[in-house]
Amino acid sequence: MSENNEKVGLETFHYDNTSVRNFLIATVIFGIIGMTVGLLVAIQFVFPEANFGLQYTTFGRVRPLHTNAVIFAFVGNGIFAGVYYSLQRLCKTRMFSDVLSKIHFWGWQLIILAAAITLPLGFTSGKEYAELEWPIDIAIAVIWVVFGVNMFMTIMKRRERHLYVAIWFYIATFVTVAMLHIVNSFELPIDAFKSYSWYAGVQDALVQWWYGHNAVAFFLTTPYLGLMYYFIPKASGRPIYSYRLSIIHFWALIFIYIWAGPHHLLYNALPDWAQSLGVVFSVMLIAPSWGGMLNGLLTLRGAWDKVREDAILKFMVVAITCYGMSTFEGPMMSLKNVNAIAHFTDWIVGHVHIGGLGWNGFLTFAMLYYLIPKLYDAKLYSSKLANVHFWLGTLGILFYAIPMYWAGFTQSLMWKQFNPDGTLVYTNFLETVTQIIPMYALRAFGGLLYLSGVFVMVFNLVKTARSGKFQPTTTAQAAPLMKEYKPAVTEHWHRRIFEWKPVRMLVWSLVLVAIGGAIEIIPTFLIQSNVPTIATVKPYTPLELNGRDIYVREGCYTCHSQMIRPFRSEVARYDPVDLEYSKAGEFVYDHPFQWGSKRTGPDLHRVGGKYPDSWHFYHMLEPTSMSPGSIMPPYPWLFEQEWDKARTPTKIRAMQTLGVPYPEGFDAESVRNAEDQARLIAKGLEVEGIQASSDAEIVALIAYLQRLGTDIKNVEGVAEAGNRNAND
Amino acid sequence: MLKFIKHHMETITGIEIFPLISFVIFFVFFIALTIYVLKVDKKLFNDISNIPLDAKETDHEQA
Repeated sequence: MSENNEKVGLETFHYDNTSVRNFLIATVIFGIIGMTVGLLVAIQFVFPEANFGLQYTTFGRVRPLHTNAVIFAFVGNGIFAGVYYSLQRLCKTRMFSDVLSKIHFWGWQLIILAAAITLPLGFTSGKEYAELEWPIDIAIAVIWVVFGVNMFMTIMKRRERHLYVAIWFYIATFVTVAMLHIVNSFELPIDAFKSYSWYAGVQDALVQWWYGHNAVAFFLTTPYLGLMYYFIPKASGRPIYSYRLSIIHFWALIFIYIWAGPHHLLYNALPDWAQSLGVVFSVMLIAPSWGGMLNGLLTLRGAWDKVREDAILKFMVVAITCYGMSTFEGPMMSLKNVNAIAHFTDWIVGHVHIGGLGWNGFLTFAMLYYLIPKLYDAKLYSSKLANVHFWLGTLGILFYAIPMYWAGFTQSLMWKQFNPDGTLVYTNFLETVTQIIPMYALRAFGGLLYLSGVFVMVFNLVKTARSGKFQPTTTAQAAPLMKEYKPAVTEHWHRRIFEWKPVRMLVWSLVLVAIGGAIEIIPTFLIQSNVPTIATVKPYTPLELNGRDIYVREGCYTCHSQMIRPFRSEVARYDPVDLEYSKAGEFVYDHPFQWGSKRTGPDLHRVGGKYPDSWHFYHMLEPTSMSPGSIMPPYPWLFEQEWDKARTPTKIRAMQTLGVPYPEGFDAESVRNAEDQARLIAKGLEVEGIQASSDAEIVALIAYLQRLGTDIKNVEGVAEAGNRNAND
Repeated sequence: MLKFIKHHMETITGIEIFPLISFVIFFVFFIALTIYVLKVDKKLFNDISNIPLDAKETDHEQA
């Protein structure tokens, strides 16, 4: 700043507002789409027929559409809008390249479009929040780099020597998301629309939740903290409460966050050390998270009178409060005893929506109410309507979250309740579901409230924009930086090393997050060979592999886990005969792992052999015929479509490449092998009075389901087609 | 399960020092950081934290 005062001569330049406006419009449009899809899936919990009887709109396919749309389309475009607006002003320069800005904008929207088409069609990698198939993954990486280049070159040509703390958060976001996305997306394509995760079982789970957790951290949190550090001072007209705190906040947050991923896998088949590591770092996370929250809230000290009137500040206060709530709740849920209750229940869903609806949603709305009048040179059409939106949104969050907490606790306690004689009180899983359906209805109502608030906002903002005129550029003046500037030796190291050096900032942020990631993941890969191979665990038969692909395609993992935790209540429920919980060695051939994260339906890891084939046949055709009251949708298309013969040899070869020990040349006989097994199943069904084509997808799915979790019991012949008992 | 990992780790010579080194590096980093932010000239931080607010734009940007 001092050199600016030397009056080298002011330069005049023009901020690009067009990109900002485009991203803002995109965030609104995709916000509405993503939330509408969210409302649809919420309604399906109460009225399963709300899938319209179509495979494309059935829960397992549209739930990933909802999560991807709100995370990458709604929040993603929100991030870019905020970054493009604030970065130019914090660097006192126009974005580096209008062309890159355009490529970034349209590229990102095309990716979203591709996601919106492929996910309902069932093209999915089967890993939560990373469902998109490999060509889209590559496109994401390319566009992300375009964004990074545009951002970095803008920072390089800045006219403000100091990098304001918001920019640090943007840099950390860029490097970390790039690393997470690339590492988690290693997959082996078999054609343009299908690939298998490079990792299997435990490794896949560890990488996935390292990614999943840090997608929350570095896509939903750090960029929004950057936006908070810019827009709260702007909206309240006062500088951030403590710049000191923001420096510590930044380094502590990015260092600690990256370690906490395994808390998504507590009591799962994951090494104990990784679980403990996840817990310790999760608890430590409270400190930087609350540091950031307090920094934001205390910025408003002395401005609380404004908060009463200004809807923008109201949105911000609730957003930061929600951030504080979920970052307190998160570490608590990472404690193993709390996690034992929370995991797999609706509590998790409530938790993430406090963050999603409150923190991301409300901060985005605040940004929109702040920016649209500025960009259109107009006054907000109605602050009354903005207040209406605020209350609708706030009530929406409450109506969403409270029933979810209620439902989570209720269901978890019902799962764990025993009779005095040691048997489960609620032996039928379904009882624990029907109990909480009223809560699901309330949750959908909360979602409806929240979404209607968004429509109020759209009306308000459109009116605002119409009353003004869009300003494609904003003119500003500043002095250029002196080229030959050398920091005085008396200047402090942190400033010399980081605060003036964006590239170093990038490198060090990367080093910090890479260390955390590496320590967490590498040992699990090293132990791949000697842990926990179980001799009886064999590769899937070709038909089972096809059935598994159907399981992945239909998104069964969005409602069913395949992970029986080592609790008496779980082994008694899911494996009452042998009382076996899930072992790491049982998943060594699972590309990708399908442990799931939510039990709307029961765990399926030991479902193999539990029911006759005919039960699965009728159940998939009409779930309520076997389980009256079930909210699972019917899957009639599985009875009409044929399982994938053409690609079966390719699939086998892909598995061999990934290290699955099929015998040499097995791909050539894989189709015949699968057909044999399918005919046996069809014959077995015939004995039970069911006419089914052995080519129908349902046959492959039944084969997979009947195999699940049986290897460890060494049931005779399950691994080999031909020996299979058709009457099981 | 833990014993497998432990056994594997044991094969790395001098592994006991790894966590210690990591801990020391980060501990020192955060202590240095804390000392830095406490020592730094308050005026400088005031200046930096005012960057978002001192827009010299000719349009309607208000502080």
